[in-house]
Amino acid sequence: MSTDTESESGRFGLGKTGTDLALMIGMMLALYVVFAGVGMVLGFPLFGIVNLVRELTFFVAVYAIVALALNLHWGYAGLFNIGVAGFMAVGAYALGLLSGSPAGSPPGLGLPLFLGVPLGMGVAALVGLVAALPALRLKADYLAIVTIALAEIIRLTFVSRAFEDITGGAAGFGNFPANPANTLLLTDPSSLASDPTAVGGVVFGLFESIGIASPKVAIDSTYAVMLLLVVALVYVFLRRLGNSPFGRVLKAIREDELVAQSLGKDTNRFKIKVFMVGCALMGLGGMLWQALGTGSVNPTNNFLPQITFYIFIAVIIGGAGSNTGSVLGAGLFAGVLFLLPSYVDNLVNSLNLLQNTTTPQTFIDAVAPVASLELAPFFAYALGNIDQLRFVLIGVLLVWLMQNRPDGLLGHRQEPAASVDLMRRTSGSKPPRGEPAADGGESDE
Amino acid sequence: MGVSDTYSRGRDLAVERPGALVVGVVGMLLLLDLIRRLATGVLDPSQFATYVWTGLVIGLVYGLAGIGLSLTYSILNFANFAHGEYVTTGAFSGWAVAYVVAGAGAADLGSRLLVQAAPGAIEASITSTPVAIVLGLVAAMVLAVALSLVLDRVVYKPMRGQEGISLLIASIGVAFALRYLLSFVFGNSTRGVTGGTVKTTIGGVVLNAHDVTLVVIALVLMLGVHLVLQTTKLGKAMRAMADNEDLARVTGIPTERVIRWTWIIGGGLAGAAGYLVVLKRGTIAFDFGWILLLLIFAAVILGGIGSVYGAMLGGVLIGIAENVSLVWLSGPWTDFTTPVAFGLMILILLFRPEGIFGGVSTA
Repeated sequence: MSTDTESESGRFGLGKTGTDLALMIGMMLALYVVFAGVGMVLGFPLFGIVNLVRELTFFVAVYAIVALALNLHWGYAGLFNIGVAGFMAVGAYALGLLSGSPAGSPPGLGLPLFLGVPLGMGVAALVGLVAALPALRLKADYLAIVTIALAEIIRLTFVSRAFEDITGGAAGFGNFPANPANTLLLTDPSSLASDPTAVGGVVFGLFESIGIASPKVAIDSTYAVMLLLVVALVYVFLRRLGNSPFGRVLKAIREDELVAQSLGKDTNRFKIKVFMVGCALMGLGGMLWQALGTGSVNPTNNFLPQITFYIFIAVIIGGAGSNTGSVLGAGLFAGVLFLLPSYVDNLVNSLNLLQNTTTPQTFIDAVAPVASLELAPFFAYALGNIDQLRFVLIGVLLVWLMQNRPDGLLGHRQEPAASVDLMRRTSGSKPPRGEPAADGGESDE
Repeated sequence: MGVSDTYSRGRDLAVERPGALVVGVVGMLLLLDLIRRLATGVLDPSQFATYVWTGLVIGLVYGLAGIGLSLTYSILNFANFAHGEYVTTGAFSGWAVAYVVAGAGAADLGSRLLVQAAPGAIEASITSTPVAIVLGLVAAMVLAVALSLVLDRVVYKPMRGQEGISLLIASIGVAFALRYLLSFVFGNSTRGVTGGTVKTTIGGVVLNAHDVTLVVIALVLMLGVHLVLQTTKLGKAMRAMADNEDLARVTGIPTERVIRWTWIIGGGLAGAAGYLVVLKRGTIAFDFGWILLLLIFAAVILGGIGSVYGAMLGGVLIGIAENVSLVWLSGPWTDFTTPVAFGLMILILLFRPEGIFGGVSTA
């Protein structure tokens, strides 16, 4: 392929695959360097650094999956769904109820994972269908309120005492099937002490060769890598969907629903379908994150509306409408905004920047010394409450983004007008560039 | 209108909107069941009256806070998700002042400013420390107004004219920042705030002096809003702007000034609502306004978004529906009062998105 064709196709937005891949891989590598660096400064052993990187991979991957799903709703179809947490909860609970051990508490049906996951996604899609009905007749902000209320109804139902025997109530659901990484690496997935499988032998050997003997770290790392594969699958699926005729109608709806309708498209049916697909993917995200990833769900904490907003922030940072942007936004949110601040406290302490100032207990105790120009207690208090400050920062960032960069990093990029490479003909024996094809391209239908 | 007219309208409804018909029938059945329960003595009338009273008290809070939400929706054209935080900020600032006044000598100034004191150290109540309670209310309103104006200047003013969803997302950012700033300053513990107060029983319903205070203050404030809207030039301008902003501007209405007053009224009432709900419940936490927000939204939507009277009435209806649902929800099902309120809101949006006061803006 000549360089000319490459730049040409780049201009038409079809040769972005390479750049996009480079962007995503570059971001992951940069995050790895930062996190490994943090681990080293903190004096972590190799084991700890691997675990840090593993945790980062896990969170970036799960955020990316859900952010991609949300981008399908909001970025492609313009449907403002702020009930993401609810659909994630449906997916996670459905997986538990379908694939959990019948002997466990609360009992599941014991279906194998390869049935439980798609069925669970189906359940999430059905709940999505219920939510899509208002989407048809409501304005964007009404839809927002309906979806967030629906998510809260779902959460409060799971947490209620009335369904305690089925869902575990306020204590959460704790009977999930074994993580697929366990199944892959261990002969008995439920016991870390069991013999490794053939694959397991290789993976454990690999980890031991760099001095990590803990099977737990090896298994969790394998799971994180599996999640990256799922992200890739979802990404490719959504990219193809977005460039398909179906996806182009969605973008038309986003830009101007009336035009799409006047072109004879039944926009309502498209909206319902896309809502269901996105909800199924959100359900998948819920399963991989809360059910298989953490092993138990606590609906009082894990599915609060906050989580919806975190995912929104990820999509907004990346730019609504761009799948690559959603992945980048997920990485930046999960890595830089969510995980990194929790290590700042450790870092400052390990470098002893505050010279052992005792942390004040209350805000007043922290502010009072500022009058006498003693700033250390205030900084110590701020560090001790870095969790809260992190959310203040996230909120301020969100406002700043909406004021200054509403399109995010990669939002609203030039969209390809056709799913085939329009420039393909120029590299062949067809009419040279600059001259129109005499026959108007292909034969008329 | 003849009988056949009514009949054909009913038939049209059944054909065109079967869902609405089902909802109507279910509502009617619930009402008949309620009457049956009261008549046969299954439900103690004083118990029922208690539900209604509790619902009315909390509903007035929803209504009071909802006025601001409704006003910003109709005049600035966006759903303000930070409104719950205005409620919380008002509550904390108001109670900080109430504690400073009520607890002089009982606890040190720092802990009083942070609305923290040992249990029983400051027995703030309308009967024992009325001056502190009233000053706290004023402070709650003034500080919530100040907050609204500052946030409008910093966040929303540069975004005037942008579409509602951008503003909505920005308001979510504001909500995050405010909520966790409150947590940073005041801590994240839920704590008791008020002391006990006088109670009387009327017809089997226990009336608490704090609840009565809440009802009186809320009604007075609502009457004030009514007078402002109906008798002042500002009210007229607000109604005009809610109706059609461009037309209002062309007619010479100073839109920025109207927007400022919108925030002053909405913010002040949100602050008052937050302060009063703490007076009623006796506890305060950094995220209680956020938890109330969806119920306030439910109230506003029920009444018809944009309608101030709708917000008031919707608030009371949501509060009463939430509590009266306890007639049917017993045992573990009592966890479902909030989902009932949200469900009611979703139904209204599905079958009558314009709300009870449908289509009327602000007035």
